Amino acid sequence: MSNLYGDAMSYVPGQPIAAVVERVQIHKLQERNNLILGFSIGGGIDQDPGQNPFSENKSDKGIYVTRISPGGPADKAGLMMGDKIMQVNGYDMTMVTHDQARKKLTKKNEAVVRLLVTRKSLEEAVKQSMGVAPNCNTATRHY
Amino acid sequence: MDTESTYSGYSYYSGRSRGSHRHGERSRDRHKPRSKDSRSEKSVTINTPPAEPLLGDSAVRGEQVQDDNWGETTTAVTGTSEHSLSQEDIVRITKDLEDSVGLDCRRYFTLTLAVILGLLVFLTPLAFLVLPHLLWPEKLQSCGTACEGLFISVAFKLLILLLAVWALFFRSPRAGLPRVFVFRALLSVLVLLFVVSYWLFYGVRILDSQDENYQGIVQYAVSLVDALLFIHYLAIVLLELRQLQPCFSVCVTRSTDGEMRHYNLGQLSVQRAALAVLEHYYCDFSVHNPALLSASKSRAAKHLAGLKVYNVDGEFPAAPAEGPGNNAAAGLAHSQSRAMIAAAARRRDSSHNELYYEDAEHERRVRKRKARLVVAVEEAFTHIKRLQEEEQKKAPGDVMDPREAAQAIFPSMARALQKYLRTTKQQHCHSMESIQQHLAFCITNNMTPKAFLESYLTPGPTLQYSRDHWMARQWTLVSEASVTSGLRDGSIFLLKCVDFSLVVTTKSIPYIQMSEEFIDPKSHKFVLRLQSETSV
Repeated sequence: MSNLYGDAMSYVPGQPIAAVVERVQIHKLQERNNLILGFSIGGGIDQDPGQNPFSENKSDKGIYVTRISPGGPADKAGLMMGDKIMQVNGYDMTMVTHDQARKKLTKKNEAVVRLLVTRKSLEEAVKQSMGVAPNCNTATRHY
Repeated sequence: MDTESTYSGYSYYSGRSRGSHRHGERSRDRHKPRSKDSRSEKSVTINTPPAEPLLGDSAVRGEQVQDDNWGETTTAVTGTSEHSLSQEDIVRITKDLEDSVGLDCRRYFTLTLAVILGLLVFLTPLAFLVLPHLLWPEKLQSCGTACEGLFISVAFKLLILLLAVWALFFRSPRAGLPRVFVFRALLSVLVLLFVVSYWLFYGVRILDSQDENYQGIVQYAVSLVDALLFIHYLAIVLLELRQLQPCFSVCVTRSTDGEMRHYNLGQLSVQRAALAVLEHYYCDFSVHNPALLSASKSRAAKHLAGLKVYNVDGEFPAAPAEGPGNNAAAGLAHSQSRAMIAAAARRRDSSHNELYYEDAEHERRVRKRKARLVVAVEEAFTHIKRLQEEEQKKAPGDVMDPREAAQAIFPSMARALQKYLRTTKQQHCHSMESIQQHLAFCITNNMTPKAFLESYLTPGPTLQYSRDHWMARQWTLVSEASVTSGLRDGSIFLLKCVDFSLVVTTKSIPYIQMSEEFIDPKSHKFVLRLQSETSV
């Protein structure tokens, strides 16, 4: 499901962000005595944003998904590499340190994490669907 | 030109070619009956040149006929006597005579003026002190303690003034400049005025009124000597200190081969700047070698001779007209020269090809000869050994001093050295005597063969050669601005001597505006650039 918030995924410090996000729900997997989600994160306000390979704007200090272990819970839930995590279980992820982000994701008493992630392809998909939306009859017919 | 080479007593170059073409020349002359009689006569006799060529006849005779640059080094002579001089030499000699006489007069004149002024300056205080005792000894108050103390002060100050003047002014003049040295003239006028005014005052107020206060007179004399010391300080600042700080960068270019140097000069007048440039010239510029320019001159001659312009349709009959030589109107000459330039541009000239291959060939030849020379010299140096102290006592028969040792090993390297010098066109700069002297010098000072060869492999500065090889003795300063005016940014002047000229351009060192920025040493702080990846 996609929620429509606004247009471009740009980052201006001090201004509210408007982005197209996707809701991803991951069920944690029990492995030995750890609950793992199956992906790796990078970024944070205490990190160097210039070295982030996935961000479009190299001053973006948000949390990005850097690796997905294939077949893991995140992969099954549809999380993709390069996604920017905007919220985790309602907690904001756009202005957190790396360690705070890790802590929000690895809470021992939560079995499910609901992420709001954004990626470039979401915007384009929304733009295309907006172009078809006013003419509803034709859209249904194209299904 | 090759077949009509003639030999004179005065040209250095012909020594070698003499030997190689002696036989060929005789046969050629027999086959050329129409050659000028006097010249052919001379070409058969062998003249002994006053300056010895690089080697005696014995080594030259052994040389092959195919010598590399005999064409460039044979000379033609204009005179008909055995010891003939070229036109240039005559001009040079007359100029030397005239100018040496003129300069000496001026130098003696300024010298006498300076001596008179100096005597006046030194004797004045003494006269001030002595005259009252001579003229009115009875009326004079006796000299108390303070007054006698002043005597000592006068004596020592005069001694210091004498030493200072000796240090600053009593030096043999380095050069004769065209115009008077402005600052020195001003200073001497100042000193003269000063001394005259003191004498006036003394004459009117002390001599006429016959003042009895001797201490006052002594103090007056002391004030004179003090003021003279201050004038000497002014002289130091004006003459010596003012031009020490560099203000201008001058670029000196030699007109014949373009060798360029840059020097820093302070605030000087044009003639003093020219003098400074010339002193640097003798120490820094390599010696002027006219033999190196012959190749480009021959190329230029070939260009000129390539085209001739004929006036076919016009008032004048068809006559060869080359630019300003004819008597056509200016417009006609202009159009002709333009036609020549256009034709030359269109012509497929392959002289650049020749130059390229000639240069490559020359380079190869020079390197080959240099290799042979280095080997020959190294081998020659192994033939002698220095005797140690103990060995000298029980000396075997044949002990030689450095000069004899040099003469002993010289023949084995002579030929290679001679060939190398001829290839690099330096053979007129070094005579056999000078080479042997240099060899003896190197042997005495334990120098290696490479050290001996260095002065022949690269042309050194003009000072290193003997005076008659300088080709630069009499200089003329050519300047649009007055030569006593100061150097300014963009001033250009020329220093001409007989064979070439030095072009000097000036640029001033810019005014530098500097600002400061303070950095607190505690403000140097750093953070790590992190990019961690955590798996969750």
